[in-house]
Amino acid sequence: MKNERSEDPSEDPVVITPCPNGPLLVRGDVLIAPEPGAEPQKPPRRVVALCRCNMSSIAPFCDGSHKLANFRTRPPRYNIGSPREDAGEED
Amino acid sequence: MTTTAVRTPVPTARGPVSSALLDVLTGPEDTPAAAYETLASAVARAVESTEDVLADEDVQLSLFLLYLLHYGPAEFVTGEREWDPELLRIRAVLEERFERELRDRVPVPDPLPQDGAELVDAMFTMTGGEEKPTLATWLARHPSEEILREFLIHRSIYTLREADPHSWGIARLRGRAKAALVEIQSDEYGGGRPERVHATIFAQSMRGVGLDDTLDHYLDLVPAPTLASMNVMSLFGLHRRLRGAIAGHLAAFEMTSSIPNKYYGRAFRKLGYGEDVTWYYDEHVEADAVHEQIAARDLAGALAQDEPALLPDILFGAAACLYVDGLMGEHMLECWREERSSLRPAEAAL
Repeated sequence: MKNERSEDPSEDPVVITPCPNGPLLVRGDVLIAPEPGAEPQKPPRRVVALCRCNMSSIAPFCDGSHKLANFRTRPPRYNIGSPREDAGEED
Repeated sequence: MTTTAVRTPVPTARGPVSSALLDVLTGPEDTPAAAYETLASAVARAVESTEDVLADEDVQLSLFLLYLLHYGPAEFVTGEREWDPELLRIRAVLEERFERELRDRVPVPDPLPQDGAELVDAMFTMTGGEEKPTLATWLARHPSEEILREFLIHRSIYTLREADPHSWGIARLRGRAKAALVEIQSDEYGGGRPERVHATIFAQSMRGVGLDDTLDHYLDLVPAPTLASMNVMSLFGLHRRLRGAIAGHLAAFEMTSSIPNKYYGRAFRKLGYGEDVTWYYDEHVEADAVHEQIAARDLAGALAQDEPALLPDILFGAAACLYVDGLMGEHMLECWREERSSLRPAEAAL
């Protein structure tokens, strides 16, 4: 398969981003087991959105249903564009 | 199964501007000065006298044809026209009128958000109204062969080039916004797998219901609102000045996509169509739930934060997407509710 990535996960770690009032975005090379004990499978895209509201018709992936359900998560702890505390000296 | 490429026929003019333009585009390569003059005066009259530029068949077709020079293939065009200075000058006159109308009519949040985070909230509020999508829910309740074919014909103008207008924006963005746009576009273009290019999946849906998937095959049949929807994207994408607007347009597009696509898929399934036809819609339910988050936060939000001067245009682009695509959807729905075709009458049988 082309575009094979490094075996060393530290070189390209998977990043999980909780989206306010929405899904978890998962970026990177992951496998997802449909249920405990099931064979892990490669998702069809490099970034996937995992359902948090439990309303999705394509769970474990998000289908946007959280908006219809008016799903609310806890307020985010940081804003887009604002550096995280560990992000160094940048303003 | 692939469709053999056939030369696209010369589009039919819809008034003096498109008539003069087609004369230039299909005429001798060394265009006579008189042909440009005829076109320029038709354009001057049109921008002066049009009552509704968004619904003006002649103006919207002309803009579409001028933009088509940048996308191709436009096989009916003689000679090398993409950077013809006379045609670019004429396009600019039409664009000025088009953009002015959009800025006059498209509602933008007031007061404006102050930073990227506020902009993201504003975008979710703006697109929230689209959560109960009228056209999509109506189609899911009242699908018929004829209506779904018309629906695909309207959509084919853009979707056979899906993502292309927003790709113009890539070179005009920097940093986080560029990375976000590329991440979305990569998915639109199949992530390295040609069979997963969204435009290709859409072409398969068209063939699955017996339609021709040649680019612009149905151009003569689609009315101004459908062309305006595509022209807005080309206007925003082809001007660096409007890079905020193309980013905002994509964000709004992605943010109002997952839920309608679920209903579209349902409509086709109701008529017994299989995965070859519904894959496009099923794919977009999942993909656009991802793209929505990236487009709102990492594209629009980060761009507003990194280039605050673009913030008003990001919102304008988003609002223009909702407004113009709303006009296109309203046109379809109004016609179908009155049990008439939403397409322009043409000799060409479907």
